[in-house]
Amino acid sequence: MINRTVKGVEEALEGVKSGMTLMVGGFGLSGIPENSIAQLVKNGVSNLTCISNNAGVDGFGLGLLLKGKQIKKMISSYVGENDEFERQMLSGELEVDLIPQGTLAERCRAAQAGIPAFFTPAGYGTEVAEGKEVRDFNGKPHILEQAFKADFAFVKAWKGDEAGNLIFKGTARNFNPVMAGAATITVAEVEELVPAGELDPNEIHIPGIFVKRIFQGEKYEKRIEQLTVRKRE
Amino acid sequence: MLDKVGIAKRIAQEVKDGYYVNLGIGIPTLVANYVPEGIDVEFQSENGVLGMGPFPFEGEEDPDVINAGKQTITTLPGASFFDSAMSFGMIRGQHVDLTILGAMEVAENGDIANWKIPGKMVKGMGGAMDLVASAENIIVAMMHTNRAGESKLLKRCSLPLTGVNCINKVVTNLAVLEVTEKGFKLLERAPGVSVEEIQNATEGTLIIDGAIPEMNIYE
Repeated sequence: MINRTVKGVEEALEGVKSGMTLMVGGFGLSGIPENSIAQLVKNGVSNLTCISNNAGVDGFGLGLLLKGKQIKKMISSYVGENDEFERQMLSGELEVDLIPQGTLAERCRAAQAGIPAFFTPAGYGTEVAEGKEVRDFNGKPHILEQAFKADFAFVKAWKGDEAGNLIFKGTARNFNPVMAGAATITVAEVEELVPAGELDPNEIHIPGIFVKRIFQGEKYEKRIEQLTVRKRE
Repeated sequence: MLDKVGIAKRIAQEVKDGYYVNLGIGIPTLVANYVPEGIDVEFQSENGVLGMGPFPFEGEEDPDVINAGKQTITTLPGASFFDSAMSFGMIRGQHVDLTILGAMEVAENGDIANWKIPGKMVKGMGGAMDLVASAENIIVAMMHTNRAGESKLLKRCSLPLTGVNCINKVVTNLAVLEVTEKGFKLLERAPGVSVEEIQNATEGTLIIDGAIPEMNIYE
């Protein structure tokens, strides 16, 4: 067994420097690496490029990094939940690259899987296709998209073991599995870290080979963005 | 004239037994409430769930189980969770049978715009571009005109496009229309709405072939 555990969030983030490109897992506030984000705020690194489906909300998730102006550029698919984001984008303080969600996921997966580029129909005929190679396959136009390159990937799982194996829960899975192994160094934080051998190999979603450092997060707030419930009849 | 619920009820009739369906945010989300009994469908949410159920009972919400609108949801028997790449694999690979989404504009050539108003609103396209580029069966749910009273069914979209030549059908508060090579073919009128009213609210080419029936909205 190759032990991937680090002592805590501080050791997990060793080597993160200003100007780096970071992948950050999560969809909305679900499945975000809360502890790693908090530590990035603490470290005060700046000029970051963040690849993440969303940009958090005011005061939580990546919204915390935006508030401290630590992010130079966001690469996302949907950013409609954050006023500070909108303000920084419209004033030109923040660079924003909006790309289709499936393309975002596949550019991560391609980086993870060693595929430098791929063709997708998403965005053909729109401003997303500007400057990109177009080729017809089966009579349909597709555009060429490239794998991301990132220095760190921060992912969050439900359970993990010392070997770095990960299991996700519910829709908190989202972008986390495709970002694992898609950057030079992948840091996984988990709600529960167990000794190797305790997780059934049949149940592993992401094998530890994709995870460089793993630690158990100190606490998880797991904020709900849109609480929708029904009354009992 | 229909309200948003009426539009959802009419679109629910397009959902067939055995369909996997992706619902966009807004009116499309309401469609799930009106699928007729006896029709088995599974709803896909692109953040990674198939077999989405209703909202949870108060106190049973789980922050780890949400839909693409970030709302807390439940799952039904037979449901599954998966990652974002697999989710869009389902969409791009045309495994999802029906996509229902909202729009700011639809053009008579099937183009759609629904993600950006330059200088005013830039929230992003989310999964809409992937959906419209790959899905074979797309229904747009929207009001026929915008808040300023201007038609949203146009000759050509004026806003940045989400996809080209991809929309099959549009259901609005006034009408059901099919996108054909010659323009918007009027299929049905909303209850109490005349062909003339639909014509006046449609900037794109409207094809009126014979008598146009009124929609049946089942309660």
